Amino acid sequence: MEHKEIYDILEGVTDPEVPVLSIIDLGIVRDVRVERKDTADEVTVTITPTYSGCPAMDVLAMGIRMALSGRGYRKVNIENRISPAWTTDWMSEAGKQKLKAYGIAPPVRKTGREQALFEEDNIECPRCGSVETELISKFGPTSCKSLYKCSQCLEPFEHFKCH
Amino acid sequence: MRNKLYYVLQLADNALIMGQRLGEWCGHGPIIEQDIALTNTSLDHIGRARSLYQYAADIYNGMSAAEKAGCFLSVALSQKAKAGEAVQEDDMAFLRDAWDYRNFLLVEQPNKDWAYTIARDFYYDAFNYFYFAALSESSDTTLAAIAQKSLKEITYHLKWTSEWVIRLGDGTDESHGRIQEAINYLWPYTGEMFQMNQVQKEMAATSVAPDTAGVKTSWDGRINSILQEATLTVPASTFSHTGGIDGTHTEHLGFILSDLQFMQRAYPGMEW
Ligand SMILES: [Zn+2]
Repeated sequence: MEHKEIYDILEGVTDPEVPVLSIIDLGIVRDVRVERKDTADEVTVTITPTYSGCPAMDVLAMGIRMALSGRGYRKVNIENRISPAWTTDWMSEAGKQKLKAYGIAPPVRKTGREQALFEEDNIECPRCGSVETELISKFGPTSCKSLYKCSQCLEPFEHFKCH
Repeated sequence: MRNKLYYVLQLADNALIMGQRLGEWCGHGPIIEQDIALTNTSLDHIGRARSLYQYAADIYNGMSAAEKAGCFLSVALSQKAKAGEAVQEDDMAFLRDAWDYRNFLLVEQPNKDWAYTIARDFYYDAFNYFYFAALSESSDTTLAAIAQKSLKEITYHLKWTSEWVIRLGDGTDESHGRIQEAINYLWPYTGEMFQMNQVQKEMAATSVAPDTAGVKTSWDGRINSILQEATLTVPASTFSHTGGIDGTHTEHLGFILSDLQFMQRAYPGMEW
C-alpha cells in the first residue's frame, strides 16, 4: 500500500464518539497524498463526513494534524470531500469486530437499496448474541446509532446503523 | 452568478430554519427517544445548511465588485463585503436580515405542539425526499454531491414523520383531531414549495435545479397514501401563501433570527 506509514499513523486517530474505532476502520479517510516541498514532506489527507451534521469532524481534523505532526510531518492539509457519500459499507471488518466487542452492534447489511436502511430486525445483541431484539428508537445518542433492547438478556444496547 | 447565489441560499435557508425550529425542541420532547430524534434530525439539517452556506460564500467571494453590489439588503453583510473581506458560511447565516432569507414560509411556522411539528416536518420531509433525489442529478456538481449526501438522512426523516402521522391519525379521537387540525392549518403553506420564481426558472433552464412539477406529482402521491393510511382527510383547498422564496416572510422569521443571530450581532466575530 502506498503511504503505508501515514496510514499506520492515522490508525491511531479515533472517532471521539466511538473511541474504539479508528478513522481508518470507519472508512472516512478517502485519500492520502504526499508531496516533497523544499526539504519536507507535505501531507494532504482527504476525509469525508459520516453524516452531514457530524459534529466530530473538526475534532477529527485536529486529531489527524496532531498525530502527524507528532511524527514529524510539519505541513499537513486536511481536505473535506463529500462525494461519493460515506456509507457503512466502507467500515472495515476489523472495525465491525471492535464495535461488537465494545458493546455496539455493528451494521450488518450492505446498503444500496433504500430497504437496507430500514430492515433492521434481527440485530444481534452484542452482549449475549441473541437475535431476539427489538428496536426502541431509530435515533440514538449520535446520528450514526439507533437504540435496541435485547429480549433475552434484557439489556439495552446501541446499534451502528446501516447507512 | 447572482441567481445561482440566491438559489443556493434558498436551499441553505430552508435547511437552517428547519434545523433551528427542531432545535427548539431540545429538552422539551415528550420522551427522551423522541427528543433525541428531533435533535438528530436538526443536526442533519444544520449540517446540510453549513455545506450550502459555504458554497454560497464561495460563489459570492468569486463575484466581481459590480456583481456583488446590491446582492443583499442587509447592512451588516454589505459592510463586510464593502470592506473587501471574504465572507464565510457563518456570515451568510448570521449577518443577513429576514428580507434576505429565502426559505419557505412552511419551515418558519412555529412548533406549537407535537401534531403541528409532525405535520410541518412531514410535508417538508416528503418534499425534500423527492426534491433532493432530483437535485442529485443537478448539472452543478457541488449541489449534486450535497444532495446525494443528504438523501439517506432525508429518507430517515420522512420515515420517522410518516410513522408519527399514522400513529396520531390512526390513534385516539384526541390525537386524530389534533393532527387533522395541524394538517389542515399548514396545508396552505405547502404550495410555495412547488412555486418556481425567476431564480428557480433560470436554474432549471440550465439543469442546476429540478423542475418542481415532477416533484409535486410524487409529493401528492406520497401525502395522499400516508394520510389515507392515517385515516386522515387530504385538504381540498388550493389556496397558497407565498413570498418566502422572494424574501417576504411571516412574522415568525424575525423572532427566529433574533434568537439565532443575537450573539454575532451583539458581539461581532465572537468565538467560543
Ligand atoms: Zn442480549
